[in-house]
Order: sequence, then structure tokens, then C-alpha cells
Amino acid sequence: MATLEIHDLHVSVDAENGPREILKGVDLTIKQGETHAVMGPNGSGKSTLAYSLAGHPKYTVTGGTVTLDGEDVLEMSVDERARAGVFLAMQYPVEVPGVSVSNFLRTSATAIRGEAPKLRTWVKEVREAMDQLSMDPAFAERNVNEGFSGGEKKRHEILQLELLKPKIAILDETDSGLDVDALRIVSEGVNRVRSTGDVGTLLITHYTRILRYIKPDYVHVFANGRIVESGGAELADQLENEGYDKYVKGGASA
Amino acid sequence: MADVQNIPAGSTTAGSIAVAAESTVATRMSAPPSYDVADFPVPHGREEEWRFTPLARLRGLHDGTAVATGEGVRVEIEAPEGVTVETVGRDDERLRKAGKPVDRVAAQAYSSFEKASVVTVAKEAVLTEPIRVSVHGQGGTAFGHQVIELGAFAEAVVVIDHTGDAVLAANVDYVLGDGAKLTVVSVQDWDETAVHVAQHNALLGRDASFKSVVVTFGGDVVRLHPRVSYTAPGGSAELFGLYFTDAGQHQEHRLLVDHNTPHCTSNVAYKGALQGQDAHAVWIGDVLIQAAAEGTDTYELNRNLVLTDGARVDSVPNLEIETGEIAGAGHASATGRFDDEQLFYLMARGIPETEARRLVVRGFFAELVQQIGLPDVEERLIAKVEAELEASV
Repeated sequence: MATLEIHDLHVSVDAENGPREILKGVDLTIKQGETHAVMGPNGSGKSTLAYSLAGHPKYTVTGGTVTLDGEDVLEMSVDERARAGVFLAMQYPVEVPGVSVSNFLRTSATAIRGEAPKLRTWVKEVREAMDQLSMDPAFAERNVNEGFSGGEKKRHEILQLELLKPKIAILDETDSGLDVDALRIVSEGVNRVRSTGDVGTLLITHYTRILRYIKPDYVHVFANGRIVESGGAELADQLENEGYDKYVKGGASA
Repeated sequence: MADVQNIPAGSTTAGSIAVAAESTVATRMSAPPSYDVADFPVPHGREEEWRFTPLARLRGLHDGTAVATGEGVRVEIEAPEGVTVETVGRDDERLRKAGKPVDRVAAQAYSSFEKASVVTVAKEAVLTEPIRVSVHGQGGTAFGHQVIELGAFAEAVVVIDHTGDAVLAANVDYVLGDGAKLTVVSVQDWDETAVHVAQHNALLGRDASFKSVVVTFGGDVVRLHPRVSYTAPGGSAELFGLYFTDAGQHQEHRLLVDHNTPHCTSNVAYKGALQGQDAHAVWIGDVLIQAAAEGTDTYELNRNLVLTDGARVDSVPNLEIETGEIAGAGHASATGRFDDEQLFYLMARGIPETEARRLVVRGFFAELVQQIGLPDVEERLIAKVEAELEASV
């Protein structure tokens, strides 16, 4: 059973006046089949956690460990992490000029699966996945994220999640900027992947809204670069009513 | 109703649409077209037509100090049956059909060449094999003139390959009879020290079709000036270009389509990728629709993909319209970057770095390459693009 273990993770970014520590000792273990929601105010370091796990070069790990089934994730390059089974659905997916969605998906699936998917089954697989996310087939011929609306970008991220079938899925503010219909469609996609029981999900969000669609097993409150409280789904209800005030007082910048 | 659009993107991309009584395309040249180099002042670099070009690297082609050396370039022409290949002297009047030199280097080439090649495809001859022209630089300086003439309803493909090292100034004329169809692929695959400045003049007869594919990879400085004009209605010109500009290279393509006749079409699409410090690509796309050219349909496009820091693109489309009675006219220019965030995104989906770069560049060129319509040329271009990418990793 796949397990992602984050232990005492410290991460810095380069700022104008030297390195600035953003993650200050994160501990979190995610097992296959579990869904963890990480919630926190803006600026608490949630997205830094997501990008650090994926290996974004902007972030420097200064301490701690991350392992996937005992393998050192921090030693891996960005593409190696993805092939090991870590998937990051990005808050701001990047436009890639000149590369069509269909070409991108197939190249990515080939890299992740270690062999090119058979063309006929692949076309069917993509078509069905797109259909379930209410995506027009013409979408496949557009350049990756180029001119996509906010909702289209997020559906495209979840499409990749469904096709690439990672061991660990990190969803970074997937709910931001979505209207209710798009949120429902995207959440259903995530739930289809979760229902296989094969994926551990780390759901990063500012709002409790998405948790009405995606029920977490665990909720963690993130403030000032670390997890400050953990609980079950009921913790989300408490946050809904009380907000983050009691976690940020005298601590994190908003 | 004209469909006029201008989509500049990127700081070095400029564009303009002028609706003017007098053509600025013609008047902003420093001197009127002429065969005589003495009619052009020596450029100092601030002239509109020279402002992007590193004159100091032209090895004297622009100021009269370049002198032809005996074995400058070796030209070999391989032609199938039905084609006449001649070497002619300066007085052959077929050398003055397609258009006059428009700048000092083209006029220098015209004033300095000794022998010219004239390739003639007889009327109604339809060639099944391409005419192959090899221009191989042997380290010297040369002035060249080539004419490729198709009789009425003739059809031909010409592949011109430039390789080796040379300082070459040349004029290349394409004369298409009524209903003729000519595809020309000009590949600039020079060694990295070569300097190549050339004017291409295409003159299209009634209902003639001209397709030009200009591919520039090599050279220290390559400055090409493809021009098209029409003698009668019904002509159609497609001008495709692909360039891959590496560190230190200057590759400049200056196009002019002169719609001087009614009911002709033109479609220009040039795409370039740049990588490395001081890689500099220049694309000037001038389209002039004269008052007489009713029913014109034209579109021009330039796209650039900047792969690394330190590269520079100047892309300037100009569309001048002197009549409103046209079918369509538009242009678009955009310069995009392949940056670290794009690389991260692709790698975060399991794609290794070198493959990510290849994916982006192949995708960028794919649509253009498919329009060439010559499978062996397409394969060669893809292979060449891959080789350029390999060299950079």
C-alpha cells in the first residue's frame, strides 16, 4: 500500500533580502485510499507544500524528509517524482504553446506508464474521460492551457489525474475560481479516482465549499508554515463557522 | 469587407496597417530599385531597411570592399529531362525579367556577377523529379545570379541547398508563365561562419501558383529578401519559412508581396525558434495592395518561439491597402517563450526535460512543416530541428 510520509519538512524561497522560510516543520502521512484536506488562510504555506512535493525549482528544502513507500522523493527530479506516482493538480496550470492537449496527454501517459498506450484503447479512454468531465472533443486539438477559461484549466488537470492514475494526488486549490457547476463536475472526477481506492489524496483548499463534494477522512489546519491542528471532517465544520482567526493570531501573516 | 487584424505579442513585436495614398513600403527604402550599385548610398545602419542588420558582419558586401575570389561557391544543378540548364553572360536579357535589386547588396550582386545560371522548364512540361541546385561555399566570396523560368502550364519543384562556408550575395529570379506551378525549397544550411545576403524575385503570370519554402538554420548572417509580384490576375503565392536561430546567429527574412494586379492571393507563414545568447531573428512582412488590385486575398503570419534567455526577435508585419475592394487581408505576429514554468509543468507529468523541449519545438513547427507537401523535405526538416535541439542540450 502506497504511503507518502512527510517528516519535519522545512522549505525556503529566495526573497529580496535572502532566503525566507515558508514551511517550518510539516509532518503528514498520507496512505493510499485516504483523503486529507489541508486548510488554511492565504499565505500560510499550503501551496508551497504542494509545489515542494512536486519538486518546483523555486523552493529549496532546508530540512526534513519526504518518502514514498520508503523511497526518497526529495532526491528525485520533477519528472521522476511524477513517474514514481506523485501528481500535482496545479492552481495555475501553465500554457504550453505549440503542444496540443492530445499530444501532451499521450506523451505524458507514455512516460508515466513506461510504454505508449495502445492507440485504439487510448483514444477511447481519453474520449470517455473527457466526456465524463463535460469536455468538448475539440478541446483535444487546442494547445495546452492556451486560451483556456479557469474552469477548462481545472477540468484539464482532473482529466490528467484520471488518465495518469497516480498513487498520491495533490490538488492545489482546485476549487478556486470555479462556479458551482464546474466545481461539481471537477469534484465528481476526483471522486471517481478516489473510489478506486488506489490513490491517496491531499486536498489543499482555503474554503470548505469543495468538502461538500469531496468528503475528507482527515482535516488539517495549516498556519504559519506547519500543521497546527488535525481532526476528522468535523474540523471543517468548525472552520466554516469560526474561520481561521484563532490560528493566525500573533502568528502567520495573512 | 476586409478582415484586418493585428495581434502583436511580446515586446519586440510591432505591427502596422496603413491605408495610404502613397506607399510607404516603397518610399521608406533609401533609394529606388536599380541594377546599378552606384545608385545606392553605402548604408550606415540607421536606414529602415538596414536598422536590424549587423553591417559590420557583412564582410564588406554592403560597402563595396567585398571582392569575388576565384572559387567562392560551387554551383551544381541536377535537372531531369525537359529542363534546360545554361550558363550565360551578363548581357542575357532573361536576367532582368523578374525584378530590380532593391537594396545596395542586391545591386552589388547584380553589378558584380560574371556568369549566371538560367534553368528553363519548357511549357507544359510537368516534372516528376525535382530540380536540385547545390550551392556549396568553399570559403571564398561570390556574387551570384540564378534564374528559374517555367513556361506556360509547366510544373516543377526546385530544391536549392546552401552548404559550406562563403560570403555570398545573390539574386534569384523565379519567372512563372501563365498557369505554371513552381515550388521552391531554399535551404540555408551553411557553416556557422557563412554570410549570405540574397534577393528572391518571383514574377507570376496569369493563374500561376508559386510556393516558396525558405528554411534557414546555418550561417553567421543570413539576410533574405523574398519578393513576389504578379503580371496578370489569378496568381497565387504561398510563402512558408522556418528558421532556427542559435547563439550569435543573425537570421533576417524580409518579405514583400506586391499585389499590383486584381484577383491574386498570397499567404505568408514564417515560424522561427531561437536559442542561445545573442540569437537574433528578424522578420519583416510587407504586403502592399495597390489601388488596382481589387479582389486581393492575403494573409501573413509570423510566430517565434524563444527557448532561452538572451535571444532577440524583431517581427514587423506591414499591410498597406490602397483599395477597399478586396476579399480579405490580415496579419498576425506573436512571440512566445518556452520558460521554466512550462518545463516544470511538462516534467510534473512525467516527461523528461529533453523530451519536453522536443515536444514543444516539434509541436510549434509541425503545422507549418505539414504544409510543405514534400515528404522527403518534411522529414529532413524534422531531423534538422531535432539535431539543433540535441546540440543545445
